[in-house]
Amino acid sequence: MKRTFSIGGIHPQENKLSREAHIETFPVLDVAYISMAQHLGAPAEPVVQKGDKVKVGQVIGKPTGFISTFVHSSVSGTVKAVEPKGDLAGNPVMHIVIDVEGDEWCEEINRSKDIVREIPFSSEEILEKIKNAGVVGLGGAAFPTHVKLNPPKDKKAEYLIINGTECEPYITSDDRIMRERPDEIVIGAAIMMKALKVDKCYIGIEENKPEAIVSITRAASHYPDMKVVALKKKYPQGGEKQLIDALTGRKVPSLALPIEVGAVVQNVGTSLAVYEAVQKNKPLIDNVVTVTGNCVPQHRNFLVRVGTPFSKILNAIGGAPSDAAKFVSGGPMMGKAVANIEASTLKATSALLLLTEAETKRKEEGNCIRCGNCIDACPMGLEPYLLNKLSRIGGMYDELEKEKIHDCIECGCCLYSCPAHIPLLDIIRVSKAEVMNIMRNRSVKK
Amino acid sequence: MITTIIYTIVCLVVLGLLFSVVLYLVAQMFKVEEDPRVDIVESLLPGANCGGCGLAGCHAFAEDVVKASSIGSFYCPVGGDAVMEKIATALGQEAVKTEPRVAVIKCHGTFDNRAKTNCFDGYASCKVMASLYSGDTGCKYGCLGKGDCVSVCKFDAIHLDEKRGIVEVDEEKCVACGACVKVCPKSIIELRPKGPKNRRVYVSCSNKDKGAIARKACSVSCIGCGKCAKVCAFEAITIENNLAYIDASKCKLCRKCIDECPTNAIWAVNFPLKVAVTPNKVEVQNPVVKNEN
Amino acid sequence: MARLLVSGAPHLHVKENTQSLMRDVLIALAPSLLVSIYFFGFSAIKLVLVGVISCVLVEYLIQKFIMKTKVTVNDLSATVTGCLLALNLPPSSPWWLVVIGAIVAIGIVKMTFGGLGQNIFNPALVGRVFLLISFPTLMTDWTIPESWFRTDVDAFTGATPLGIAKEGLAAGLTLPEIFAANEFTFREMFFIKAGGSVGEISALALILGFVYLLIRRVIKPHIPLIIVGTIAVMTGIFNLINPEIYTGPLFNIFTGGVLLGSIFMATDYVTSPMSVKGIVIYSIGIGVITVLIRYFGAYPEGISFAILIMNTTVPLLNKYCKPRRYAKEVKNG
Repeated sequence: MKRTFSIGGIHPQENKLSREAHIETFPVLDVAYISMAQHLGAPAEPVVQKGDKVKVGQVIGKPTGFISTFVHSSVSGTVKAVEPKGDLAGNPVMHIVIDVEGDEWCEEINRSKDIVREIPFSSEEILEKIKNAGVVGLGGAAFPTHVKLNPPKDKKAEYLIINGTECEPYITSDDRIMRERPDEIVIGAAIMMKALKVDKCYIGIEENKPEAIVSITRAASHYPDMKVVALKKKYPQGGEKQLIDALTGRKVPSLALPIEVGAVVQNVGTSLAVYEAVQKNKPLIDNVVTVTGNCVPQHRNFLVRVGTPFSKILNAIGGAPSDAAKFVSGGPMMGKAVANIEASTLKATSALLLLTEAETKRKEEGNCIRCGNCIDACPMGLEPYLLNKLSRIGGMYDELEKEKIHDCIECGCCLYSCPAHIPLLDIIRVSKAEVMNIMRNRSVKK
Repeated sequence: MITTIIYTIVCLVVLGLLFSVVLYLVAQMFKVEEDPRVDIVESLLPGANCGGCGLAGCHAFAEDVVKASSIGSFYCPVGGDAVMEKIATALGQEAVKTEPRVAVIKCHGTFDNRAKTNCFDGYASCKVMASLYSGDTGCKYGCLGKGDCVSVCKFDAIHLDEKRGIVEVDEEKCVACGACVKVCPKSIIELRPKGPKNRRVYVSCSNKDKGAIARKACSVSCIGCGKCAKVCAFEAITIENNLAYIDASKCKLCRKCIDECPTNAIWAVNFPLKVAVTPNKVEVQNPVVKNEN
Repeated sequence: MARLLVSGAPHLHVKENTQSLMRDVLIALAPSLLVSIYFFGFSAIKLVLVGVISCVLVEYLIQKFIMKTKVTVNDLSATVTGCLLALNLPPSSPWWLVVIGAIVAIGIVKMTFGGLGQNIFNPALVGRVFLLISFPTLMTDWTIPESWFRTDVDAFTGATPLGIAKEGLAAGLTLPEIFAANEFTFREMFFIKAGGSVGEISALALILGFVYLLIRRVIKPHIPLIIVGTIAVMTGIFNLINPEIYTGPLFNIFTGGVLLGSIFMATDYVTSPMSVKGIVIYSIGIGVITVLIRYFGAYPEGISFAILIMNTTVPLLNKYCKPRRYAKEVKNG
């Protein structure tokens, strides 16, 4: 019986239609639109201006705060403009627009494919290299990795967890990199272990990726303190708190970070980016993006440069199919719907899904029949029907806090399972932000 | 049989007396001393508990008004001048006259004027939509049309016109309590003076994008061209962030700005119909006779 | 290409909806319906049809003309209530009895509280109890009507085993004497038993329905299993202490409405608790009260009242019995 997290979870159809598509390099762009808001925290500040010539891997944006990091050019050419452009939600964000000329890389980047095992750097040097390479969490949240790998002095990391679960339906980018580049991932994990100064590492992979389990296990055999654990297929296995529960049985307390139970969780993609940053001096300028969907004739896993417009990706698969009703950046459970097709990929973009109307159009809302499916599904043990009811009344912030609305990880299991088609997460998400705002203001006042 | 009835009656009477004595004593023990004027003032108030005065209900208003030295800073929009006068008399003070106001929607991006660029499929609430993305049209500032303001209005004064896709205020019912202003996530509702003979002029747009972008998104958007400000003899119009704003205290309702506006973004309410000639069009009718187009 | 859809995540949904859940309940009731049609013939068909039509009609009329809201009869919840109401009645009930029951069940118990999902009490059960109290003779007339499917009418007396046992005990007989006089056999009680309401007559058919609901994941096994378990344990203990006057576990599980009530009535989503802890307390309560009413109460059958009494505790159980939270502690500071 494979391990898994102990509360809640759902079993959507996995639809890993693209799992056998090898990673292919996306064709060179004409123009790249690189956003300055590529990560959680403060956006980067541009350090180039119109007319500057840039190479691949050159810094074009610098961090502006503690939780911030560098942004590098993913192409070589001339900066056409530094101006606000719409992100996928249509909100204006500062972008650097580059006219692509050739594909010239910065000299310090080692482009060879050789596997480099030696890690001659100290913990501090590793963190510095990761920061300078602009590595962010590629599990979706895009939290600057060098900050996560450097916990505050009063918190001790006990083990590193590598998240190879890829629990969302459709996405296969992690699966492919685990199959095609397992050594780099495992060395990246070893680098991060050194940075964190821990001697234990778990690599969790869901059982629906048997080839990846085999290849990672083989690669990890070099490192006796790394343990590959096959996990039961259940969504959201890859949620930080759920993964820690499944692998170690420890539960992260409310309002706390995983470091509180000694855990640091990183995605396999981040691990690969760390390897490239530390061993090859290559900053984070590309990522594997799965392009798939029931209406897509050919499923692909593209290695895409940061700053590629979604419209370009659609052209590469022969245009958007006529029955594609919704484009989603990321997975279908937590990804963002694309409102603006001219938006471009970010560092943490992992997939572009084309969903049909039949599978995604919302149905009309009915009365709550108190079936409890949402409670059974919630991996945090909350009661979504009650959070929804309290939110709709309005002003019930104390009660919502008592019902632990701040624990919600916005995984979407509740909305997915509701037979009455109540848009639970839509309402809880907004309410949660309001309650957390109140809680934040309260602690600031103290 | 009859004894049962007698016993029952006696029992009930004794219990009733006992409980009434206990309740009376408890009520006296825990009585909260309150200024008797608070009750008098509260009885004069409409009792809607709408919060339009900015306080938590009519009782709170009554308490604060009695405690305060002057009632000048208090105003009940539902009761209006009539009720404020009565309260002033009851407290032995002079009443203060304030100008009646009304809620004004600064957006006219109907389906005809403003094309949809995507189809929102989530929970139909402006708050949810605004927190998610920039909206389902090319204008990220305008009315989202899901009616959060309609749900919050206690006076049935604001309605969502499903056919046109924007909200409209019924000026007869609006008491300017400000609930809709607070709830609108795009902040496009403003409380403006009703004006002499209920006439007012305002820029019905909240778009701060550059003119070309605004115009592409909506045919009646303010493009920030500044023609209105130039022609205004009373310096009532300012342009900030590509958006014109008319200061109600300076506006004399001459409507010269409306003739100048190339996109018909400025609206005049409750004026008689006027036919004008503008540089861009041969003949245009003044938009809005009375809250309808 | 048409305009893109945009919404917050998630962008997928389960196939099930309220209608499909209700449909599954109807399918689970099918074996019992078929058995009762075989047994009671036209009467069963009449009762079920009248029940369903009157419940749906009452809901439609109230929603369209009184509440003036969207009509939701196609979510099949009124149909399920109609079936359950019919199954709870004696087989020879007149048609107008069902109609009154439907008006009470849908009109008063469901609609006045706000419609689907808002009622505190199980509508079909309140309908049945209302009829029981208002028309006691009709509701305890267990005469078996003729059916064109079977000809052996004489073999069945028509009274319920529970009723016979209660009357016998009240008359001073001991249980062994009552059983000897009435030939209760286990096989009869399990497959098709003597006397009872339209839905009570075949335990096997009801259990088949239970299994179907479990397979389709419409209900969890907790409520029926705990109710039956509680009844079994409690009656087992009493029966051991004094087998002369206290009926035993098998008798109590397979007679009366225990199976129908615990599988189809107590498991109603709206009126049962939301957390496992609450469900356990709720089910044990139903079991205990049922046994108490059967042994010491005035009525021979107690499960309807037991479920309704425990329905009143459900809001309290929902408030104090919360599901297992992921994070128990809150970080200090």
